[in-house]
Amino acid sequence: MRRSWLAALAPYAWLLVFFAFPFLLVAKLSLSHTVLAIPPYAPQFDLSRGWPGFKAFLAGLSGETYGRLTRDPLYILSYLSSLKFAGLATAILLLIGYPIAYGMSRFAPAQRQVLLMAVILPFWTSFLIRIYAWIAILKPAGLLNQALGALHIAPLTLLNTDAGVLIGLVYAYLPFMVLPLYAVLEKQDESLIEAACDLGCTPAQAFWKVTFPLSLPGVAAGALLCLIPMVGEFVIPDLLGGSDTLMLGRTIWTEFFSDRDWPAASAVAIVLLATLIAPIAWFQRQQRKVLS
Amino acid sequence: MRSGPTLFNRASVGLGLAFLYGPIVLLVLYSFNASRLVTVWGGFSTRWYGALLRDDQMLDAVWVTLRVGLISATLATVLGTLAAVALVRAGRFRGRPLLSGMIYAPLVMPEVILGLSLLLLFVALGVDRGFWTVTLSHATVTLCYATVVVQARLSSFDLSLEEAAQDLGCTPLSAFLQVTLPNIAPAVAAAWMLAFTLSLDDLVIASFTSGPGATTLPMRLYSQVRLGVNPEINAVSTLLIAVVTLGVIAAALIQRRRSQSA
Repeated sequence: MRRSWLAALAPYAWLLVFFAFPFLLVAKLSLSHTVLAIPPYAPQFDLSRGWPGFKAFLAGLSGETYGRLTRDPLYILSYLSSLKFAGLATAILLLIGYPIAYGMSRFAPAQRQVLLMAVILPFWTSFLIRIYAWIAILKPAGLLNQALGALHIAPLTLLNTDAGVLIGLVYAYLPFMVLPLYAVLEKQDESLIEAACDLGCTPAQAFWKVTFPLSLPGVAAGALLCLIPMVGEFVIPDLLGGSDTLMLGRTIWTEFFSDRDWPAASAVAIVLLATLIAPIAWFQRQQRKVLS
Repeated sequence: MRSGPTLFNRASVGLGLAFLYGPIVLLVLYSFNASRLVTVWGGFSTRWYGALLRDDQMLDAVWVTLRVGLISATLATVLGTLAAVALVRAGRFRGRPLLSGMIYAPLVMPEVILGLSLLLLFVALGVDRGFWTVTLSHATVTLCYATVVVQARLSSFDLSLEEAAQDLGCTPLSAFLQVTLPNIAPAVAAAWMLAFTLSLDDLVIASFTSGPGATTLPMRLYSQVRLGVNPEINAVSTLLIAVVTLGVIAAALIQRRRSQSA
């Protein structure tokens, strides 16, 4: 189709204006001074002054905000703690998501369809609502501690703690881990396992030598799909974490809405983006392979 | 032949589903609680649904959210379908890597970054934030999801059908509209529904790009949740869950009927 590319014009223009261009604005603002608590920020880019105006604009940019980020331990701590939360939650998700996806792939095709639907359905249900549901469960006098009390087990403090955030992350992202894993496991050729068993493997050996290595693309896709957005997660640490739970998404939100420090919020966003750009690029390559 | 699920397989799937659905079931259950205390059962009652109907701010937020969702999902589906056509059909045109990059990046990018960058755009353009800025922002983010959904269907569509239509005298455009589009219609509908649900659900991007008078339902819920658990939130949530669940199941049934008749 020679002229199919014409179809790209509208979405192309749209994404340039609403997606690509705004990132330049974020980058620019991260290099601006905090002159006033409200825009406009210096330096201003004045097109009417032409080339000299552009040079003055460049000269006015400064890395001061980034300097501030490296000096304030709050930013460094929230950076490290974001990575820690996302990494830990991804590891837990792999451990519990794999048996679920594997178990699903063992069922008969008709049952598999129903199970697949059952895993996807919560994804359609509001994220905010699903996190809200956990507040009533994890509260000090909440449903979990009521159940533990009935069993004469000492109550747990989970809401507004790091453990609460981990529970929320694992809960919210479980479908994102199970679905890519299920997609590779479901397609796996059973005769490979039979061959391995015929050649003297125990079922456990067959799993570790055949099934698991073949499912690694699904492991990678699931891990990236969870890890990348979790690093910048806001709702979960905000509702289930304590006031001392530091995560970058929350830092950006606070800088922006509470402290009104737009350059700092932008600089944190750029740092977050720089961290995620390699995993995002890798994820894109995987996606393209799957779709083409 | 695949051996059936073992006890361990059944247990892990069962526990997984219990983990996914347990909190939702409890939330729905306690929306019918007579007590104001969310975690103490005080008998069956529908009083919180009644309270909801008298809560004008909440109803306003529902109305705003529905309008934002309808308009942004429609925009996103049109743009996303066009992008999918270009990505599947146009081969390697210049600027294709950038286009596919801009399509896939927002799928995994943290929402705070998208929200902040869109907000700065509206500030730079001097646009007052409100209903339309949220709508355009949602269209931008959801168009990427819509593209992926349509693209998956389109890449498995047999191109020779469209070529046959052209041999029989159709223009390329009318061949697309009369042959291809009806064939990919289920995917386009699914893309619209996904975009609509995502818009309905979004808190972060809406908070950044909304202004006075355009408080969406998630924004309203969020500000209430911050004040603590309250049974009225359970009631709204239950209604939302019911609507979305019925929609998804209906869509799945329609799609199954179609594929069986085809």
